[in-house]
Amino acid sequence: MRVLVAMSGGVDSSVAAARMVDAGHDVVGVHLALSAAPGTLRTGSRGCCSKEDAGDARRVADVLDIPFYVWDFADRFSEDVIDDFVESYARGETPNPCVRCNERIKFSALAARALALGFDAVATGHYARLTDGHLRRAVDADKDQSYVLGVLTAEQLRHAVFPIGDTPKPQIREEAARRGLAVAEKPDSHDICFIPSGDTRAFLGARIGVRRGAVVDSGGTVLAEHDGVHGFTIGQRKGLGIAGPGPDGLPRYVTGIDAETGTVRVGGKAELDVWALTGDRPVFTSGVAPDGPVECDVQVRAHGGIVDGVAELREGRLMVDLRAPLRGVAPGQTMVLYRRDPDGDEVIASATITR
Amino acid sequence: MTSHKTVYLDHAATTPMHPAAIEAMTAVLATVGNASSLHGTGRVARRRMEEARESLAQLLGARPSEVIFTAGGTESDNLAVKGIYWARRDAEPQRRRIVTTPVEHHAVLDAVQWLAEHEGAEITWLPVGDDGSVSPADLREALQANDDVALVSIMWANNEVGTIMPISELATIAAEFDVPMHSDAIQAVGQIPVDFAASALSAMSVAAHKFGGPTGVGALLLRRDTSCVPLLHGGGQERDVRSGTPDVAGAVAMAAAAKVAIDGLAANSARVQQLRDRLIDGVLSTIDDVYLNGAAGDARLPGNTHFTFRGCEGDSLLMLLDAKGVECSTGSACTAGVAQPSHVLLAMGADPASARGSLRLSLGHTSTEADVDAALAVLPAAVDRARQAALASAGAAEQ
Repeated sequence: MRVLVAMSGGVDSSVAAARMVDAGHDVVGVHLALSAAPGTLRTGSRGCCSKEDAGDARRVADVLDIPFYVWDFADRFSEDVIDDFVESYARGETPNPCVRCNERIKFSALAARALALGFDAVATGHYARLTDGHLRRAVDADKDQSYVLGVLTAEQLRHAVFPIGDTPKPQIREEAARRGLAVAEKPDSHDICFIPSGDTRAFLGARIGVRRGAVVDSGGTVLAEHDGVHGFTIGQRKGLGIAGPGPDGLPRYVTGIDAETGTVRVGGKAELDVWALTGDRPVFTSGVAPDGPVECDVQVRAHGGIVDGVAELREGRLMVDLRAPLRGVAPGQTMVLYRRDPDGDEVIASATITR
Repeated sequence: MTSHKTVYLDHAATTPMHPAAIEAMTAVLATVGNASSLHGTGRVARRRMEEARESLAQLLGARPSEVIFTAGGTESDNLAVKGIYWARRDAEPQRRRIVTTPVEHHAVLDAVQWLAEHEGAEITWLPVGDDGSVSPADLREALQANDDVALVSIMWANNEVGTIMPISELATIAAEFDVPMHSDAIQAVGQIPVDFAASALSAMSVAAHKFGGPTGVGALLLRRDTSCVPLLHGGGQERDVRSGTPDVAGAVAMAAAAKVAIDGLAANSARVQQLRDRLIDGVLSTIDDVYLNGAAGDARLPGNTHFTFRGCEGDSLLMLLDAKGVECSTGSACTAGVAQPSHVLLAMGADPASARGSLRLSLGHTSTEADVDAALAVLPAAVDRARQAALASAGAAEQ
């Protein structure tokens, strides 16, 4: 098989590439340039997009003796991921840019280009398992990334390979060291790759500007002013700009955001509980929607936030009743539904939460 | 990847070394000697160094004392641009303007921009035509309009699109205004006749590996009456302009390569130019929606071809050709890594999308008709496929 491996320069995609070579495939490494003005050196634990990271990926490709290229997806990334991220926050939502990048860039623009150029598959260093179209959680539960892949369609998965999902991360590092890959000790990347400072609020503020509004309590009483709803996320407790706890003496959280009026509502912890979810743009991993209600695990963020539920497709929307409350769920977040399985929970569907 | 016979069409990036240069270099590498030492061994090294200097000077129409050996083209460009700017500004503080073009190599472009950001330089950008050429009238106008010019820097021939500039005419105008002019002649030497004295230039950059010499060796030809502040301070070698223990082996190899390249220039360039035209005709006649960037005929370097294939990503094309053993470039090798649309094409008026769909195939002394035919055999299918990929990728994103 001719396989294109998306190589970030990190340890995971490096080992993924090595395993593809071992398996006897005809492998080419491609580093995606996602920033038009990449930094020279990696800073802290963030990012995969500096020239140093591209150089690390190139060096691994040298060691594996595979061709390696840098492909420029900066414009596409800027439009489909960064702009989407900013617009989503401006609407008072909480998006997940990694989900969007997988959906629009890696398994869409990149994969389509790869297939048209004669590749049979695109492999990545994601922690997830994929066999016969069944996408399952990785063996390493702490590192599992099936959530950020949950938006992929059956067609997209048909050409995807995840070579490291069957191995815990510590062993991946050992394997990288054993193979003599210099990235074996490279720190994990966290946070949002296009915000190297880590200051999301400042990043958004610079792009959205000041859009003043009020922070109100559940009765509508104005408690404070703010510079824009993009500074808030449902469930947020710190940085609300209000004096002290609520009348009950307990902390207050963001419980609602109305971008149109610029209103941020705060309330007690109990008001964060959500017992039902509605999702737009549903994707069924098998390609076929289920006939009736399905029992499932529902996950609403990359790590944690998993509860039992029953999901059903109604008028093109995914409606989920939860058996236990989820706390702090925001529109814009992706929900991924899993079928429980002792061999690894399987992704069955995903949708973008509208409420 | 399947192995093929390699068809090397990237001579503008670097050329295979001439056997005579390898022989000369290895012979020196086997000997000890610091050319600055006063004993017999040092004298032998010094003599080799000076013979290389004299030989190179003679081949390039310069005096031996005008040859400053450097560690390559980038250093030569930086030394000329910064060194002459500093010297001029020190002598006449109001002279802070650099007149240059937007199609220079990054070694000039980034040095000029650095001077603007950190050393108070003002920049006048000369316009370029849609073939990448600079007009003498525009230079004259710029020099008439500004009485604060410290230096002019215009390349002899463009490294991406191969356009040859009217360098003697330009340098004569600069001399008329008593403004020193530097030229990056790195792509020109070995491909077209270059005579430093006849050119009226004050300074000229040369790099050995572009004409069959080793990488990491270059020279700045610098007129004796042109002041230049050094970048590297130290032992005062190279007439105090470029300190550092002389690279005798490199200098000897550079001179040996220059001898082969320049003595054989007329015959080799005629032969390479025929290959170039065969490649250009073949591409234009077998592939739709393609055009040749840069100047035509004798105004183009004999070894350069540079095409825009509409609706293609150059990156895709390069990969497909590489897989078939055909090696070329999407731009200058220095920007390879993180892809940027070529500043040269943008300056020539191309839109960023077509700038991305461009490819340079460059020929040189080892190129053969078989190389050209091999490239022509795989290019049409590769372009088709790369176009499909661009469509598929754009379509996928718009779902």
